[in-house]
Amino acid sequence: MSEYLVLCCILFSLGAFGVLIRRNILVMFMSIELMLNSVNLLLVYFSAIHNDQSGQVFVFFIMAVAAAEITIGLAILVMIFRHIGSIKIDSLKELKW
Amino acid sequence: MITTLLIFFPLVAALIVFIAGQRMAPTVGIIATLVEFAIAIYAYLHFNTAEGWNFREVQPWISSLGIQYAVGMDGISLALVLLTTFLLPLILLSSLLGPLKDKKLFYVLALIMQSALIGVFTSKDLFLFYIFWELALIPIYFICLLWGDENRKFVTFKFFIYTLFGSLLMLAAIIYLYLSAEVRSFAIENIYLVNLSACEQSCIFAGLFLAFAIKMPIFPFHTWQPSTYTSAPVPGTMLLSGIMLKMGIYGVIRWILPILPTALMEWGWLAVLLSVIGIIYASIIAIKQSNYKTLIAYVSIAHVGLIAAGLFSNSTEGLQGVVAQMLAHGVNVVGILFVVEILLNRTGTLEIAKLGGLRNQMPQFAVFFVVIMMASVALPSTNGFVGEFLLFVGLFNYNPYITAVAGLTIILGAVYMLSSYQKIMLGEAKPEFNSVKDLSLLEKSILIPIVIVIFVFGLFPNLILGLTEPAVNEILHAVNNSIPVAN
Amino acid sequence: MMDFVWLIPALPLLGFLILSLFNKYIPKAASGYIASAMLLGSFIIVLNLLCAAIGGTLPENVAHVEILNWIHAGKLDLSLSFQIDNLSVWFMSIITGVGFLIHVYSISYMHDDEGVTRYFSYLNLFVFSMLLLVMGSNYVVMFMGWEGVGLCSYLLIGFWFKNQAYNDAAKKAFIMNRIGDLGFLLGMLLIYNQFGSLEYSTVFNQAVTIINPNEPSGIIFAITILLFVGAMGKSAQIPLYTWLPDAMAGPTPVSALIHAATMVTAGIYMIARSNVLYSLAPCTLDIIYIIGTSTAILAALIGLTQTDIKKVLAYSTVSQLGFMFMAIGLGGYTAGVFHVTTHAFFKALLFLGAGSVIHAMGGEQDIRKMGGLMKKLPITFFTFIIATLAIAGIPPLAGFFSKDAILALAFEASPIKWGLGVFAALLTTFYMFRMLFLTFFGEFRGTTHQKEHLHESPLLMTIPLMILAALTVFSGFIDVPHVLGGHNWFSHYLAAANIALPEASHIPASTEFLLMGVALTLVVLVILTTYVLYVSKKTMPAASDSELSFLDKLSYNKFYVDEIYDAVIVKPLAFLSDFSSKVLEKLFIDRIVNFTGKSVQWSGKTIRFIQSGDVNIYAIFMVFGIVIILFINLILFLN
Repeated sequence: MSEYLVLCCILFSLGAFGVLIRRNILVMFMSIELMLNSVNLLLVYFSAIHNDQSGQVFVFFIMAVAAAEITIGLAILVMIFRHIGSIKIDSLKELKW
Repeated sequence: MITTLLIFFPLVAALIVFIAGQRMAPTVGIIATLVEFAIAIYAYLHFNTAEGWNFREVQPWISSLGIQYAVGMDGISLALVLLTTFLLPLILLSSLLGPLKDKKLFYVLALIMQSALIGVFTSKDLFLFYIFWELALIPIYFICLLWGDENRKFVTFKFFIYTLFGSLLMLAAIIYLYLSAEVRSFAIENIYLVNLSACEQSCIFAGLFLAFAIKMPIFPFHTWQPSTYTSAPVPGTMLLSGIMLKMGIYGVIRWILPILPTALMEWGWLAVLLSVIGIIYASIIAIKQSNYKTLIAYVSIAHVGLIAAGLFSNSTEGLQGVVAQMLAHGVNVVGILFVVEILLNRTGTLEIAKLGGLRNQMPQFAVFFVVIMMASVALPSTNGFVGEFLLFVGLFNYNPYITAVAGLTIILGAVYMLSSYQKIMLGEAKPEFNSVKDLSLLEKSILIPIVIVIFVFGLFPNLILGLTEPAVNEILHAVNNSIPVAN
Repeated sequence: MMDFVWLIPALPLLGFLILSLFNKYIPKAASGYIASAMLLGSFIIVLNLLCAAIGGTLPENVAHVEILNWIHAGKLDLSLSFQIDNLSVWFMSIITGVGFLIHVYSISYMHDDEGVTRYFSYLNLFVFSMLLLVMGSNYVVMFMGWEGVGLCSYLLIGFWFKNQAYNDAAKKAFIMNRIGDLGFLLGMLLIYNQFGSLEYSTVFNQAVTIINPNEPSGIIFAITILLFVGAMGKSAQIPLYTWLPDAMAGPTPVSALIHAATMVTAGIYMIARSNVLYSLAPCTLDIIYIIGTSTAILAALIGLTQTDIKKVLAYSTVSQLGFMFMAIGLGGYTAGVFHVTTHAFFKALLFLGAGSVIHAMGGEQDIRKMGGLMKKLPITFFTFIIATLAIAGIPPLAGFFSKDAILALAFEASPIKWGLGVFAALLTTFYMFRMLFLTFFGEFRGTTHQKEHLHESPLLMTIPLMILAALTVFSGFIDVPHVLGGHNWFSHYLAAANIALPEASHIPASTEFLLMGVALTLVVLVILTTYVLYVSKKTMPAASDSELSFLDKLSYNKFYVDEIYDAVIVKPLAFLSDFSSKVLEKLFIDRIVNFTGKSVQWSGKTIRFIQSGDVNIYAIFMVFGIVIILFINLILFLN
């Protein structure tokens, strides 16, 4: 039974690792999605174990919200590309002293 | 009801002044402060000394934390409220004469400040006290910042941070007191019952005392004061020294003495020592100051040092002296600062070396100057003497030798006051001041009430002392009863 | 009449208020008359009291007249109340009587001064304060008057405020008096601390019951010494005497009233009033004797070479005050007060006479430029010579009796003390006659312009002189000693006010006659020497410093005491002030404060490099943070 757990951990770590080391914002976005979905998977898995539907319902909610969030995120991304001409995270260093 | 009215009427007035516009602002503001003074007089006339806290009012405020809106006045509170309400009209009037721009804003800020000050003096809830305490800082910060001289930014920033630092320590102490109380409440009755070990008392004493000591200020926490006094506009300095520093003294009376008797026994000597060092140190510095306003700032430190020493004398005479001297100092310092204002308006400078011979052009002004100066050096029959004498009596009870050292202030006081007076007013007339005019009617209408109060309170001090005696005894009762018998 | 006791100080106060508040509306010429009228009113009431006191019929109800319940705090209960007994009535008579004469004199003396209204208002305020001082029934009321007269003295010395040297003198007087006041204040505090009251009657009763006279008591010693420090300041004793000669900057009638007849004798009044305490502290009395004697001799030595007519009189006053303290130090409170009385008359007379001379000379005060004034100012001369003879102690003038009383006490204590007293008296005789001869005898040495203007003063000035001269002649007879067939009436008068009498004399009458004879012979010899020196030989005081011999120089420059004070106290204080404000304050205390602020700013600057703006690095911090927290949780959970 624990292989699901291991899979989720691997997926989450991959996602986190991706967020930390990649410089391309698009890839970082995808990594974040990966983390999100690993957690979704975990929720579905626990829902199955506990025989409780609410976990799966919750996942649907998350997917819906995530889709909305991606739309906004990609829109911001497009705006950044238009303004700066690059989607490298290094080019965004305004948020400092 | 009266207490609440006293606290919030100035706030409402501030709003009205704000709406009234630039031209009407002075009239409305001064009338409002006079009404406020009338309310305070009404409270004085209806005050019942036998009752302890009069005009009480309790409303739940933040119930989940046990914070109440609890206000009321005992004798000491009422005395300070009278002082505040008496001085505010004079301060506002004096600001009419000065070069202040945007008077409306000044009036609004001063009225907000009055509200906060009265709140501080009447709070019966420690949290409420803290709120008002901090609130009082905001208007004066803007007054100093908006109308100060060229150094104002650095000086005001330092003043603000310094006092805020003290407030932080006070907040920590307040929270600790709150958590140690058996009932989760900031109410004064409850805080007075808090039982603390000697070590805890010492820590809380350090926190509270530092906050109050910075406000007063006591040596060596005084360095914000001379520069702020010098840099602030004169009406701002009046607010600061006339009323605001009394907050620190009041804080000690209300929140240190009854709560921390053991710490007082352990550390009281240190506080007295620092105060007395401050008296001598500030007096000596004052002798050679070249700017008259800076000189007054140091004089204020010296006078407050004596008051602070009296705070810890643990005797009725000493504490009564503290109250009397607080009132006397408030009136006298506003008087002398008004003298400063007149000098500045007439001559454009406060450098003592540049002034001189003004008595030739301004004989009436010289009379007022001398009277206020004599009150400041505590000549008997002026208000300064009553306070100083009682303070000495109390302090002598505590330690004769320290009193002898503190007594040097009456010599040094004469030295710096008379020397500066001589350099500013006496001597041959200087040609550059030939066009200087003597006092105007408006100026006299400020100086005359001050002089009247100087003598009335100097000759009939019982008007106030009778009011505060039960309250003072109450405080001392709390101090002496909570000292553990084992000690 | 007795119910009007409160009017005695109230009238001068009223005068002060009228003159100062309605300054503008009162014609200058009227102000003097208003002020004098007020004083005359007081004087008449006082005279009534004096008659009652002399007759021993002073009513009971004036022994304690409460005006006002003044300060009440804790156990301290001070009232503004008066105590009218033989002692205070005596002083009140001197103050209002001499005061009235000097007011009248001033009307003429000050008539062309532009600040004459101000002058009379100050003068009235002074009389009010002085009356308060002697009438008070407790130490605080005395202190109130004590400080009040100090203020008036300050205002009147600096009356001509355009002259900064005068202002310096005024300031010096006030500050030196304040040094004494600190002693007085501490003495009062100690009294309150010990006896729980400041009322004379309570304090003295307590002192007598608590303190065992045979055991020296530290407390009483401390109280009496502290009070005496106050007296030192007010009555110009070593080391606080230097203000009095400088105080001559004020108008001459002021010098007569304040700095000769009344205010400076406040110290003697205070000690006489507290004689119960002083009698319990023999040690203090010894110290008072030493200080009194040294002041008497030192001031007389300085007086020998002074050339300013008022300065000579000032040093003479200091010296005579030393005599009074000498008497007190020997236990002769009554002799001290007696000398106060006679001194008030003859010294006021001398000052007013000097004022008349200065008036005639157009403001000139240097005796080297006078001379031969005898013919031009006959009344002044005649009264002046009476006063000079009185101060020298020639019988039957007042000074003879009062000085003899002191010398007799001194001989009783020891012949050496008598010798010192006689020595001081001889010095006094010398400089007084030197001044008299230089001023009134010989040729006129001033400018021709001055010579043309020489004139006798108007009646308003000479009548007070004549009255004072009469008093100087007759006032000595109130205390004629037994040896000369008298009954020491004055001593017994004062004894009724609880003033301790000295122990009965053990000296045989013959010895006493011998002593008087010796002293008198010596005095006459000194007068003759002076006459030879200054009239026959026409010796002149040197015109400049360089011509003086070493000792003369020392005396002429007042033994450099002012310079020493300047170097030891004034300069170091100024230095300390500069040092504190420029070094201690700016470089030390304030620097610590600013350093605290700076260090916060510095740490902010240093740490902000972490805030690079790089999202990845923020994320790494975040993840590491979460990991660490989880890890800590794990450990805590496992435990």
